Amino acid sequence: MSKQREALIDPLFNNNPIALQVLGICSALAVTTQMDTALVMCAAVVFVLLFSNLFVSLLRNQIPTNIRIIVQLTIIASLVIVVDQVLKAYLFEISKQLSVFVGLIITNCIIMGRAEAYAMQNPPRLSMIDGIGNGLGYAVILAGTAVIRELFGSGSLMGAQVFALASEGGWYTPNGLMVLSPGAFFIIGFFIWAIRAWKPEQVEQD
Amino acid sequence: MQGSVGYNLGFAAAVCLVCAVVVSSAAVALADRQERNAALDRQRNVLLAAGLASDDERLDAEAVAARSARITPVVLTLSTGEVAADVDPVGFDQRAASIDSARSAAAPDNVAGVMRLPNEALVYEVRGEAGGVDLVVLPVEGLGLWGTLYGFVALEGDLRTIRGLTFYEHKETPGLGGEVDNPRWKALWPGRLAFDDDLGPAIAVVKGLAGSVDEAPYAVDGLSGATITSRGVTNLLRFWLGPDGFGPYLARLRSDEGGAG
Repeated sequence: MSKQREALIDPLFNNNPIALQVLGICSALAVTTQMDTALVMCAAVVFVLLFSNLFVSLLRNQIPTNIRIIVQLTIIASLVIVVDQVLKAYLFEISKQLSVFVGLIITNCIIMGRAEAYAMQNPPRLSMIDGIGNGLGYAVILAGTAVIRELFGSGSLMGAQVFALASEGGWYTPNGLMVLSPGAFFIIGFFIWAIRAWKPEQVEQD
Repeated sequence: MQGSVGYNLGFAAAVCLVCAVVVSSAAVALADRQERNAALDRQRNVLLAAGLASDDERLDAEAVAARSARITPVVLTLSTGEVAADVDPVGFDQRAASIDSARSAAAPDNVAGVMRLPNEALVYEVRGEAGGVDLVVLPVEGLGLWGTLYGFVALEGDLRTIRGLTFYEHKETPGLGGEVDNPRWKALWPGRLAFDDDLGPAIAVVKGLAGSVDEAPYAVDGLSGATITSRGVTNLLRFWLGPDGFGPYLARLRSDEGGAG
């Protein structure tokens, strides 16, 4: 029980894939200008991580070691294509905004990393839980970044206007930096700082 | 035996087979919905080019249909510009026609990278009370950096002034060439002149800032970091507005207008 709990909770803050392992940064910069794209991206990553960990774990004793990476990649790529097809069928607008970044989940190091480092050694149930945990760890940072970027960059949340914009007679002048990718770099940097101030054991020693 | 070449090959083949079945069943099962979405998106882009919808509006199928009420799809014989009365515009797929050897021909050598021209093309007309054309929306396509850009350009009733330009499908780099989707860049197009005084296609995406419509009627700001995409947009507009594209159709409309008025 405690091992499962650990697999689920640990990646949220103690071993966060973005904040501690600094993986998956590319998509974290690209899809976080708005909440809705960020959340759909998180759901896609959680789904892919869950099932890639499950299938890799189920096959872990059969996968020949010298072709294991390409087998993992084949499984991940198939899952990502299925996700992409589903988004195009059911969430067309958002899939257009996410454009190539859904396909790029294939190259997201978090997924390969969990398959190789965890699912290859652990039983299916535990691997699934680890997949969900790491997906949620990714989601926490993405959602946090997206809230800040959308609120201060566009004055809205989930597309609903929160701050009245100066261009429409209100009081709020949007911060242009938030809409651009470098804005996400700063925010993620602040997140990493905050988490390491809270948990000093994460600070790397020189 | 695990570790032998035969086992590795067999395992790899089995994984590929299972994954291929999963991926292709997903693609086939969802194809209908995806095509409906794509068709709706195309129609929404016709409205965008025509200035009848804006980028920040989310329109459902009914809203798109309602706003399309005055827009009439027309199938033309591309080479003559005459209406192809025997082809039903409903369900006509120009892109499918362009790759069907029975309904298309090799395109003449061109800068836009267009390989095949369909015999028939689908345009959209808005006609006023008197019957004259208020607005035409023309499909355009051409090579950018990574692939073909597909979009629409809308011309005002004078058949010279651009009403709008929009791309509904492309593979350009997000943030660079992908900025062809940026509403602020698209807002630079309305009011520019597609043709010069001799009715030759003159519109171009230029390097740097072009200035206001009055200062630079034939030029639009280039996209920074996207020279090839910018050039591609110029080329595809020049091609489709020229004699091998919709030139004959526009000429027919101009003479109709002249005759009527």
